[in-house]
Amino acid sequence: MTYLEYSVKRVPSGVAKILYLDWGLVVLLGAVASIGFLMLYSIAGGSVHPWAEPQMMRFAVGLVMMFTVAMVPIWFWRNMAALAYALSILLLIAVDVFGVVGMGARRWIDLGFFRLQPSELAKITTVMALAAYYDWLALRRTSHPLWVLVALVIVIAPAALVLRQPDLGTAMLLVLGGGAVMFLAGVHWIYFAVVIAAGAGIVAAVLSSRGTEWQLLADYQYRRIDSFLDPTIDPLGTGYHINQSMIALGSGGWSGRGFMEGTQSRLNFLPEKHTDFIFTTLAEEFGFLGGVSLLGLYILICAFCIIAALKHLDRFAMLLTLGVTVTFFLYFATNMAMVMGLAPVVGVPLPLVSYGGSAMLVLMLGFGFVQSANIHRPRGR
Amino acid sequence: MKAPERDTGWIMRRVTRRALFLGGLQVVVAGTLAWRMRNMQVDQADQFRLLADENRINIRLIPPERGVIHDRNGTPLAVNEQNYRIVIVREDAGDVEAVLERLGQLVALDERTVARTLEDVYSNPPFVPITVADRLSWQDISRVAANAPALPGVTHESALSRLYPLGPDFAHVIGYVGPVSEADLTRLTAPDPVLQIPDFQIGRIGVERHCEDTLRGSAGSRRVEVNAVGRVMRELDRREGAAGGDIALTIDADLQSFTQARMGPESAATVAMDVRSGEILACASSPSFDPNLFVRGISSSDFAALNDSVLRPLSNKTVQGTYPPGSCFKMVTALAALEAGEIDDEERVFCPGHRDISGRRFHCWRRGGHGRVNLVSALSESCDIYFYELAERVGIDRINAMAARFGYGERFDLPLSSVAGGLNPSREWKRANRGEAWQVGDTINASIGQGFVLASPLQLAVMTARLASGRKIVPRLLKARDGTGLEPVAAEAMGLSRRWLRKVQEGMDEASNHQRGTAHGVRIVRDEMRMAGKTGTSQVRSITPEERASGVISTEDLPWERRNHALFVGYGPSEAPRVAVATIVEHGGSGAQAAAPITRDVLLHALHGGMPPLDAYPQAQRNRIETQMDDLARMIGMRRRSAGG
Repeated sequence: MTYLEYSVKRVPSGVAKILYLDWGLVVLLGAVASIGFLMLYSIAGGSVHPWAEPQMMRFAVGLVMMFTVAMVPIWFWRNMAALAYALSILLLIAVDVFGVVGMGARRWIDLGFFRLQPSELAKITTVMALAAYYDWLALRRTSHPLWVLVALVIVIAPAALVLRQPDLGTAMLLVLGGGAVMFLAGVHWIYFAVVIAAGAGIVAAVLSSRGTEWQLLADYQYRRIDSFLDPTIDPLGTGYHINQSMIALGSGGWSGRGFMEGTQSRLNFLPEKHTDFIFTTLAEEFGFLGGVSLLGLYILICAFCIIAALKHLDRFAMLLTLGVTVTFFLYFATNMAMVMGLAPVVGVPLPLVSYGGSAMLVLMLGFGFVQSANIHRPRGR
Repeated sequence: MKAPERDTGWIMRRVTRRALFLGGLQVVVAGTLAWRMRNMQVDQADQFRLLADENRINIRLIPPERGVIHDRNGTPLAVNEQNYRIVIVREDAGDVEAVLERLGQLVALDERTVARTLEDVYSNPPFVPITVADRLSWQDISRVAANAPALPGVTHESALSRLYPLGPDFAHVIGYVGPVSEADLTRLTAPDPVLQIPDFQIGRIGVERHCEDTLRGSAGSRRVEVNAVGRVMRELDRREGAAGGDIALTIDADLQSFTQARMGPESAATVAMDVRSGEILACASSPSFDPNLFVRGISSSDFAALNDSVLRPLSNKTVQGTYPPGSCFKMVTALAALEAGEIDDEERVFCPGHRDISGRRFHCWRRGGHGRVNLVSALSESCDIYFYELAERVGIDRINAMAARFGYGERFDLPLSSVAGGLNPSREWKRANRGEAWQVGDTINASIGQGFVLASPLQLAVMTARLASGRKIVPRLLKARDGTGLEPVAAEAMGLSRRWLRKVQEGMDEASNHQRGTAHGVRIVRDEMRMAGKTGTSQVRSITPEERASGVISTEDLPWERRNHALFVGYGPSEAPRVAVATIVEHGGSGAQAAAPITRDVLLHALHGGMPPLDAYPQAQRNRIETQMDDLARMIGMRRRSAGG
């Protein structure tokens, strides 16, 4: 595709762009965010303080940002991809040097008005950089080992920096998101088979290295793995989070214990109940129906994005849209699997619902790209 | 328009395929999540709900109110008093040190209390109330309440604690309560959950202990919702427990207080008993102690002082102490001989002051002898030789059997601690315990209540009641339990010949009313209260021949612990007995001088229903008695005021 085609086909311009926004997606995002407000209100014991109100502000900021990003042509963003990627790598290095330590890891940069988590930003910029890379790369070279290696470097560089923080969960999400974009770009499946096999080998190595001199992970990380495999080992220690979370989720039953009636969250048995474990409060208060509804909304968002992506003829637009979708999917799937005891406890928020700025703004930025790609898609007469 | 690259279409199709594949994968993952959610929230919901409830619901026990103990007339002897304490909550107080300092200006707080409070405050979660001061007066509490704005986080709580309004007068009978020990919990196979309540108190000795089941009641419970750190959020429901049942004793509080005061500082014990029903009217052991000290937690120095005293204030001598009954035993020897037909009431025995039996010389207490004595005069003048003669004739077996009928060696079932059975010796007993054969000399000693015979003041009172009534009176201490009166069982007759019993009673009557009686000095001159009785002076150790040769040593010359025990048993009115009293004064010297006056005054108080009337005493004694009674009345009043206030 070339710019010539854009000029032949019609691309919306000016105020008309607003008509081409994917309003369905906006409504879905708003619905999910509203569920988040509701839960934060409930967790605070029926008050917009201290969580619901700042969260609404952030979502409003996020919306504005999404609209702004959406109005800017997608090719501008393609040109910015390398810059954004470089910036996030710099921020990751900066966090290693000046970062604020919290929860046993160095993850934030305090900007004064905002505590930025560069690893969240890296999730989108990596996807963006890969999409731009494959857009630039001649198609026939996609599966060439050298060019695959370049893509791998693009993914591994931020992942390695995040792992240093240390934040195993985010690093793995970065690798998975990047891998998905490479897969979508058409890299030969044999590479993925090799990587999966190698991954299995690494897991085996990590587990067998425990207690030896060349131990690969920190002790707390091993303990998290243990408590994931059997949360009842140490119900008051490392297994506490997941045990209490599962109790909250399970006790919700079919239709839940009622809004603001969840005993596990109201009585503080749930840890991190307003951030990473917010889904358990939802599941406790609104039960299976509530949990599945949220899951449905998430799947709908993914479906909207995938359908939009399939219409794209522009390689960057398509890969970026799908990359954002996969990143979004990985957020909520990992988070839900974690609170249900299907995945180890890693610090991954529930997208748009968990209290926190970085993830929300980064995701809204991503959806801004999705919208921009959608608006600036050439349409026939 | 530039033509698309050759393979674009194919590539795009492949991307679409891969996108759909990835989308399909997402649907599978989402499906797995939904399935897992369904599993947990629908299939296992009940199990998780249970776990959630276990998390949040705590059961707290509510201690039951302990039953109250009254005397026979409803005077409270053991009650529950509101006890105020001040607690502080760190999270409400803010600056705990400053608040405590301000609090110290209102109520007395020593440095140790403050230090302990601070330690407790900081070692507990911030919402846990910590007791700062305990057992405060209402005045203290109102001062604190009035200054509440300056004392954030300080509140008061009230709890019930045991109070013994008559203090020392009932220490031995009622005993006291104390905290549950680890030993108590391990001893019980299925401990009452109420015992787990912190600071819960149970009866340690006396009626408090032996009627624990009635007094304790059963715990209520409340279910509370707690949060993850244990803070109580709200009460879910409450089940009230049952308060403990009340106990009414047969004891008359006025008589008890009088008896206690009358014994003064002596190491002594007195039991007064209703002759017809066996109801114990007074049961006092001296010296006594304040049971309230034990409830509040006695200091180790106070406890050591009580525990180490030679006067043994902690011991309940009325049932726990056993003493040789001395001449008080003579009625038993007499009845054994009379019933066996070995003697009659007419036969006279010559008393030269001593008697040689199987090569050993036994002395009468009167060196010069009593001359010719018969049953009545032998009892009234307490001639030993007469009873040595009877002992030789009747033998130990029949004396032992008769003593058993009067309650010797019997452990009476009373709700008191350490009730002793005493010792009613027999041939079998000596062989089993001493490994020796019974000697005639042992019989001689036993006939006058010396040697092996041991009896508690309670047993002596029972003997006296049985002598006075001719019925097998059994002592009783409980008048009502948990609101239901306990009716006395009619005592069966002893099966003694009326004639012989009358003669023995006559001997006892003359002991205090005949000119030559050993207790003539303590007679009661009002006929409707006339006392019959028997003195007893029992040796703590045998007198060596050298001492005897060196002449009579007066009691005052001996060290206290070697002086004789003084005993007296009496009943009245002589013609229609109502009350029996037994007194022992440890190392008191002579029964007639040390024990008999106590018995007389207690008997008079019991029969008169108040302070002994002056006109019951011989004219010559009235001045002295009047002063003595005034002092006593003042003392009783003072004690009651201090203990009750």
